[in-house]
Amino acid sequence: MNPRITLATAGRILRQLRHDHRTVALMLVVPCVLLGLLAWVFADSPTPVFDRIGASLLGVFPFVIMFIVTSVSTLRERTSGTLERLMTTPLGKGDLMVGYAIAFGLVAIAQSVVATAFAVWVCGLDIAGPVWILTAIALLDALLGTALGLLASGFARTEFQAVQFMPAFVLPQFLLCGLLVPRDQMPSALSTISDWLPLSYAVDAMKEVTANASPSVGTDFLVMGAWIVVSLVLGSLTLRRRTA
Amino acid sequence: MNKHSGRHEANSPATASPPGGDAIVVDHLQVQRGKRPVLADLSVRIPTGQVIGLLGPSGGGKSTLMRAIVGVQVVKGGTVTVLGEPAGAPSLRHRLGYLTQAPSLYEDLSVRENVAYFGRVLGVGADAVDRAIEEVDLTDHADALVVNLSGGQKTRANLACTLVGDPQVLVLDEPTVGLDPVLRRDLWNLFRRLSAQGRTVLVSSHVMDEATRCDRLLLIRAGEILSDSSLPELLERTGTSDAEAAFLALIDAANAGSAEDAAGGAA
Repeated sequence: MNPRITLATAGRILRQLRHDHRTVALMLVVPCVLLGLLAWVFADSPTPVFDRIGASLLGVFPFVIMFIVTSVSTLRERTSGTLERLMTTPLGKGDLMVGYAIAFGLVAIAQSVVATAFAVWVCGLDIAGPVWILTAIALLDALLGTALGLLASGFARTEFQAVQFMPAFVLPQFLLCGLLVPRDQMPSALSTISDWLPLSYAVDAMKEVTANASPSVGTDFLVMGAWIVVSLVLGSLTLRRRTA
Repeated sequence: MNKHSGRHEANSPATASPPGGDAIVVDHLQVQRGKRPVLADLSVRIPTGQVIGLLGPSGGGKSTLMRAIVGVQVVKGGTVTVLGEPAGAPSLRHRLGYLTQAPSLYEDLSVRENVAYFGRVLGVGADAVDRAIEEVDLTDHADALVVNLSGGQKTRANLACTLVGDPQVLVLDEPTVGLDPVLRRDLWNLFRRLSAQGRTVLVSSHVMDEATRCDRLLLIRAGEILSDSSLPELLERTGTSDAEAAFLALIDAANAGSAEDAAGGAA
């Protein structure tokens, strides 16, 4: 790996996004629209449901959106031949992986700042803990989506397959992450599985930061960090300089 | 495509390779795709500082051979040596330029942004980016998004990304296909200029009249080298007057040979 090449790659990915105004708009606006919709759905509810699941959703959006964006853009890199060209240059596999993680990590920070601001000021979400921790969770969460998206795209040969990996990789985690039913109230087999899935920890951390003024999210960060590193390493193993 | 190419003379790579040596040596190369052998047992030497035409029908193994030379092809056996190093070696990644058949560009970036990115990966400066764009005569379109370019402009932008690192060996897979005659002539002049500076330029094509532009011709069909000679030698040997007729004569001879083999095998 070489910092010059890694940063050049991150810059190139951000430049591609800059030319694609619609994608940028979708990334920033869609989470806000969904949060607003959710707050509205529960507007007349006697219990403060939005306060409970609104924060969890802030942990789900960056993950899902970055997963899709990354798996599609790396697949494009494979099918357009740019990956093959890069594999004949001094670029290392880690340069590409970390370049993507840096670029989409920056986008995720922007996205989570916008979504959090919208949730707090427009939808009236109460957050007890410091907002910077919430942003940090969203960033890790987005990196998680990016890392898993990079890994998943290694197994996709077509755009159709890449899009299908979203329900395959993401929806089971969404069902088990504790958003619908608290994890300790699930059948024990499912709650054990959810103990191993990264999105569970993202949602736990989000719940913690909304509920406690001094949240303890160390374990959650550790588990998410480990998943990010392992996925990036496995993802870079799916890149081959030589192909048939 | 433009007149100035001063940087190449100033920084001639000719001394880096053994004078008169072979830039590329392919020895008993075997490549298989699925169960089908694409290259059964191919050996060829490509001399330094020449424009070598790799000609033959599509599906004959031209692209596979080129991919093996740049080190992105899984090979089953044999060796490929480029500038004295095994193909795909990390030390070659600065010295070899590869042009894929379909333009390998980021369509949502401008020409300059594409060339600049590959330039940064190769560690060259902004002036090298401008020169590469100038060399393919795209300066007027440097800030246009690739997605909005015509086919010929995309081909040239693709070539600029290959030239930006100032490679000693250029492996160009059908760079002139589908281009108009003026553009094709300009590109061939560029290839001649590059080789005059000591670079080795391997160009594939299935357009036989481009043979006249090459120092040497490799005719490849069904994964086998049918002929490896200069055009005059080829014409003399086959008793024909142009490359296309010579190639057809060689194919007919090869078919007759394999038909005899088959008949012999059946009997």
